[in-house]
Amino acid sequence: MAEEVLRLEHLTMHYKTRAGELSAVDDVSFKLEEGDSLGLVGESGCGKTSVALTILKLLPENGYIKGGKIIINGKDITNYTENQMRKVRWGEVSMVFQAAMNALNPVYRVGDQIEEAMVTHLPPLSKEDMQARIDELFRLVGLDPALKTRYPHEFSGGMRQRAIIAMALSCGPILIIADEPTTALDVIVQDSLLREMREFQKKLGMAMIYVSHDVGVIAEVSERVGVMYAGRMAELGTTAAIFHDPIHPYTMALMSSFPSIVGEKTELVSLPGEPPNLLNPPSGCRFHPRCPFATQICIDQNPDFVEHEPGHFAACWHPRGKK
Amino acid sequence: MTSENGYLVEIKDLNKLYPVSAGIFKTSNDFIHAVSGLNLQIRKGESVGLVGESGCGKTTTGKLLVRLIDPTSGNITMRIGDSTVDVAHLRGKQLKDFRRRVQMIFQDPYESMNPRLTIFDTIAEPLEVQGIGNITERQERVAGLLELVGLAPASSFIFRYPHELSGGQRQRVAVARALIVQPDFIVADEPTSMLDVSVRTGVMHLMQALAKQFGVTTLYITHDLAVARYMCDRIAVMYLGKIVEIGETEEILKNPRHPYTKALLSAVPVPDPTYKRQVVNIKGRISKPINPKPLCRFYERCPWGDEYCLTHDHPPLEDGKGATHLVACYHWEKYAGKTNQGPIATN
Repeated sequence: MAEEVLRLEHLTMHYKTRAGELSAVDDVSFKLEEGDSLGLVGESGCGKTSVALTILKLLPENGYIKGGKIIINGKDITNYTENQMRKVRWGEVSMVFQAAMNALNPVYRVGDQIEEAMVTHLPPLSKEDMQARIDELFRLVGLDPALKTRYPHEFSGGMRQRAIIAMALSCGPILIIADEPTTALDVIVQDSLLREMREFQKKLGMAMIYVSHDVGVIAEVSERVGVMYAGRMAELGTTAAIFHDPIHPYTMALMSSFPSIVGEKTELVSLPGEPPNLLNPPSGCRFHPRCPFATQICIDQNPDFVEHEPGHFAACWHPRGKK
Repeated sequence: MTSENGYLVEIKDLNKLYPVSAGIFKTSNDFIHAVSGLNLQIRKGESVGLVGESGCGKTTTGKLLVRLIDPTSGNITMRIGDSTVDVAHLRGKQLKDFRRRVQMIFQDPYESMNPRLTIFDTIAEPLEVQGIGNITERQERVAGLLELVGLAPASSFIFRYPHELSGGQRQRVAVARALIVQPDFIVADEPTSMLDVSVRTGVMHLMQALAKQFGVTTLYITHDLAVARYMCDRIAVMYLGKIVEIGETEEILKNPRHPYTKALLSAVPVPDPTYKRQVVNIKGRISKPINPKPLCRFYERCPWGDEYCLTHDHPPLEDGKGATHLVACYHWEKYAGKTNQGPIATN
């Protein structure tokens, strides 16, 4: 059996704001094994980025873990200090951000910045080994190793994003978290980057969490998909199950509201209303005000996140709209 | 002219050049040809999608059409009321009248509204500028329109400020602001790209329904082909300041002819894990059209490019026979019906 890389147990994370406590992540549990790829999908404010930040404990000052556990590589890191976390970040888990365009230091050569990450986190390497490793990383992400002596401003958006991914891979993490890495890129550049990410993820056998609002991108990069709504995990299952046999009404709506350029042109479903304000989330199931199947129990009680079929979880009182 | 052939907008050989900055004290002889020799006709009541990657000149075209910027050369004629006007040379009262008939909806609902104006002031501002109605009439019109764009009851929105509304609600306000003066033509620049999926569909439906109800002609600028499929009757694909292919939406999606359109279509992620896409086989990435040489603009990335494309000017987008599906490529017939060559992509 493959090694377990990450396990979240009932993770709950709140932000303290002037207007009160905002429950950004509420009772989220899942696990990842070596080589797994999980896509986290949902709309802005659904908590998908907050989950990613919480795993690395990169929360802003007003965010704190209210309950639950984060277990990385068998170690419970929930109460790790900043110093302890420094070893986990990069070495075991690395992250690629949405705004990675700005994550490179403009006054250092790209290769030197990757070297710096390795000097900080890896046992000492000889100069030649270091350069050979940087060349290998560049090739892995589809960049010409000759470009390592260039500065970030000489790179295009897609190339910068690749350099950032090379840096994230440099210390041999067992898990990489990618938060909307292709959102700012044009489709053709996005296409090749997604292909390369799938390739190296398989090749290196590491686990990946891919966070995106784009259902199409998620369908291509992930073997499993977690659908988040208003801070909670609404549904989790294999990509095929989520796309072809969704259980949760929100997933059903999400899938049929996403336009596609292939197949017959089907009517797009639009959900009434807007995602809730998490300062004051709805009672019971947080989706009930927008749900076509909602009944009294949905207003009164929060549905448990249960396994409906092997490996296919959902939190809903009326799975697939059943009474 | 325009009135006879049923076109609301006719663009002929439109050019917009931007000088490339060479430094504070230097003047430059280099120009970016943001829009270059563009021809496009838009029929009354139809919705045309302008699709392309960032930097292809689609937003510049939109701004030229509403006269937010002036063209370097070329002609835009528009049918306004009973007369045909030359958009580039409008002045004074004529320009003011034109501003009433043509509206624009912007991408970012957070940036395109004055945070100090209430929703009423925001929507009624065009009426005030144009001197339409008195205060009670304006209030009635704004309230009616708010309900029409799905912000009901109007009384609970009309005196709020933009920061109190969500992105989707703000974009609905933007739609209302564009419609309040009953325009003939709307340029919508990525109006839904900042919205979340579950909210986006609602705004898309709203725009379609209202365009029909008010008989508005729309130019829909987007990078998202899937959205264009749902919003537009026809699609024009732009590349480096030129339209490389134009046709009925479903025809473009099913039988793309230009190698760039084919690549663009095969690069769009499909929300179906069992679907296998074609591998995109064009080279490199979009460059900047600085002083372009007289050859096909797509040459350096084209899988079909040969000596002929290199030595001839950019292919024209017309066949002289009045076909509806046009493509600017010398070799499209040779590769007609074929998808881009290359292995099948595996997910």
